[in-house]
Amino acid sequence: MPQDIQILIGGEAGQGLVTIGQLLSRALVRSGREVFTSQSYHSRIRGGHNTFALRVGDSFAAARDSIDILVALNAETVELHRGQLTDRALLIADATLTPEMPGAIPVPFADLGPEKLWNTAALALLGRILGMPEGSLHQAVEALFGRKHPESLEENRAIMEKSREWAKAHLPEHDFTLADQPAANGNLLLTGNEAIALGALAGGLKFCAFYPMTPATSVVQELITHADTMGCVIEQAEDEIAAINMALGASFAGAPAMVATSGGGFALMVEGVSLAAMTETPVLIVVGQRPGPATGMPTRTEQADLELVLHAGHGEFSRAIFTPGSIEECFELTVRALDLAERSQSPVFLLTDQFLADCSRAVAPFDLSTITPVSPGADTNSVDTPYRRYRLTADGLSPRLLPGFSEHLVVADSDEHDEEGHLSEDYDLRRAMVEKRLGKLELLQQEATAPTLEGDKEAELLLVCWGSSLGPVQEAAASLRDQGRRVATLHFSQVWPLLPDQFMDILQAADETVCIEGNATGQFARLIRRETGFVADHRINRYDGLPFTANYILEQLKNQAVA
Amino acid sequence: MPTIEDYGTFETAWCPGCGNFGILNALKKALVNCDLAPHQVLLVSGIGQAAKTPHYLRANVFNGLHGRSLPAAIGARLANPELTVIAESGDGCMYGEGGNHFLAALRRNLDLTILAHDNRVYGLTKGQTSPTSQQGMVTKTQPHGAFAPPFNPVAVAVTMGASFVARGYAGKLEHLTGLIAEAIKHRGTALVDILQPCVSFNRINTYQWYQQHCYELSAEHDPTDRDQALRVALEFGERIPLGVIYQTQKPLFEEQFATLEKGPLARQEVSREGLKNIMQQYA
Repeated sequence: MPQDIQILIGGEAGQGLVTIGQLLSRALVRSGREVFTSQSYHSRIRGGHNTFALRVGDSFAAARDSIDILVALNAETVELHRGQLTDRALLIADATLTPEMPGAIPVPFADLGPEKLWNTAALALLGRILGMPEGSLHQAVEALFGRKHPESLEENRAIMEKSREWAKAHLPEHDFTLADQPAANGNLLLTGNEAIALGALAGGLKFCAFYPMTPATSVVQELITHADTMGCVIEQAEDEIAAINMALGASFAGAPAMVATSGGGFALMVEGVSLAAMTETPVLIVVGQRPGPATGMPTRTEQADLELVLHAGHGEFSRAIFTPGSIEECFELTVRALDLAERSQSPVFLLTDQFLADCSRAVAPFDLSTITPVSPGADTNSVDTPYRRYRLTADGLSPRLLPGFSEHLVVADSDEHDEEGHLSEDYDLRRAMVEKRLGKLELLQQEATAPTLEGDKEAELLLVCWGSSLGPVQEAAASLRDQGRRVATLHFSQVWPLLPDQFMDILQAADETVCIEGNATGQFARLIRRETGFVADHRINRYDGLPFTANYILEQLKNQAVA
Repeated sequence: MPTIEDYGTFETAWCPGCGNFGILNALKKALVNCDLAPHQVLLVSGIGQAAKTPHYLRANVFNGLHGRSLPAAIGARLANPELTVIAESGDGCMYGEGGNHFLAALRRNLDLTILAHDNRVYGLTKGQTSPTSQQGMVTKTQPHGAFAPPFNPVAVAVTMGASFVARGYAGKLEHLTGLIAEAIKHRGTALVDILQPCVSFNRINTYQWYQQHCYELSAEHDPTDRDQALRVALEFGERIPLGVIYQTQKPLFEEQFATLEKGPLARQEVSREGLKNIMQQYA
């Protein structure tokens, strides 16, 4: 059995638990290890109960519900998570908070250093427990404080030294020392949102407008960090309506453009989606879902905006919706979505959620040599004179020139328009233009990603999922296979357009199917039924604001007498 | 040298006698005066009778959504700083539906021109009050008269620190042509609020009414004096001043983006080397 260690660091916002969680993760990844991290936080800057979860040992893509090492920076963390501790668990807490229990490590933090550095002390203890080389954590701490706060570096070093000394004498027996030392492999530690930002930059993004909204803001934050290096213009708009209209103006003028938001902000952008379709202006729309309706639970996760994104925008037009299931797919599908938006001259969506946005994993560096960034607009010499922006063509695609790059005039209109782009109320023309816009579906269908089957096609149990639930679903399937069950998973990293030919045989070949999604009403199960008539035998839905875990899925399967 | 013929003539959907005809003519003349060829110009509009103007001359056009001409114009300008960008719409579009964008655009100060056709009524939807309608104006949807006092775009623009604020009148072609040309040449966001009669739905603010109330600012008005400009801007009733009310030089919004010094974003290559270095920051 590979090692599987679940660590949870809990405390109030402002206690520095994310800082040490990230330092530890980065140090582990630098030494060639696999990690999976996820965060849970309240919508506040100070106080509340926040956690940083880190799973290490094998290649995981989800957190585990049970905890092996609990670092409690306050009393509440002990209370809330004590019930999740495994039999072999360790509990690191201040001596005044530590309950009497096996594995409890009462740490005299006050003796080790000032309270503001207790998180660093805990970090040193974790490093010692995991058996990490002393240098690796030092390097990570140095990288964090060295540049910005050299004065902090010294005191952090001092408390780490003291904590390690204390640990030598006081740590109990445990089995969490990481076995075998892997070689450094150059892997990156990326969150879903960081991977989206990198994918956008690699794909040729030049413009992004946004209005801050959790959990999408960090995509734009990453873009801004690299905007000067990559020659991108990023603008914080006065509202989401402005954001999407700016993106469309920029895209019309030749900058590959995107917006990033969450459900409520996207609701404001919806008329702009329709405008993108009518003016045939490429745009990438990233929607990071969180629980709704309205403000909902701003810092939690859900997959309940599938139907919103699928139907957003009045009138009829084509679109594509990508739903990455992993950090790698966040990168790859963002590159593809930008490219497809340009080629189809349509709005293209990337639909993620808070869980995927904020979780991180070690991933191999992306091969940039295989990526061709978007080249906006058509060749000026390729068009007839007088130029007609919406020339009727067999495939619905008309050469898109950019305004100001030649003497050809580019006219775009949100009204129904003629081939030149001027508004028209001619009925025959109207029909032709509707068909032109819908005709682009053919390209989107040709480019549609087939769902990924893992396991036997003729499985006794097929777990169907989309987007971020991939990791926990695969882990649940692996666990059932370990028990001798013939279980397969079918993951959709694109939910529209749906091509039944790509998956109907798989659905039909399984003895039983379960559709697993993070919403209450089974939106994807319903979409499959609408498009194919196929009804999944069972549904597992989660809508309490928390992400799926393998354990949650296994329990639900048991409750529904499926497994 | 571009000529007025380069900008073409088109059949319009406007009522005979509409103030839009005067504004369209002034715009074409101003573009020629500024030595701009049609392909160098991007007209961005929203929805309304005024917002149809870009279809009635030869230029690049982005005719977007109601109220959203400014964000689209800003996006286009940030993607291609070589374009002369003009946002053109009516009072309902610019000051009502797009009010938030109007405020934000004035604060940003990109190099763009805002032409607001201000007929103080909704024409396309047949005669409801607009944000600039005269107090007490009775319409089918406001049978007891407009309750709120009119929005004063010029005074708002002066207080928001806009760098060029002018008021024109559709019935004074040459004067208006001069204002639009100055606005286009101004380095920064330039607002020209253009009073215009609506012969179908505004029976109060007619050609005669404007002739009686409007006057041209004399040479004594110093548009660089903000206090004086604000006093002039607040004068709107018995007498309505026309002309450049306020003008100043401020840093351009575009200047904060070094990459725009290299020209349009569409011409800039993606740096693979830069990307590689960025990726390594996550190792």
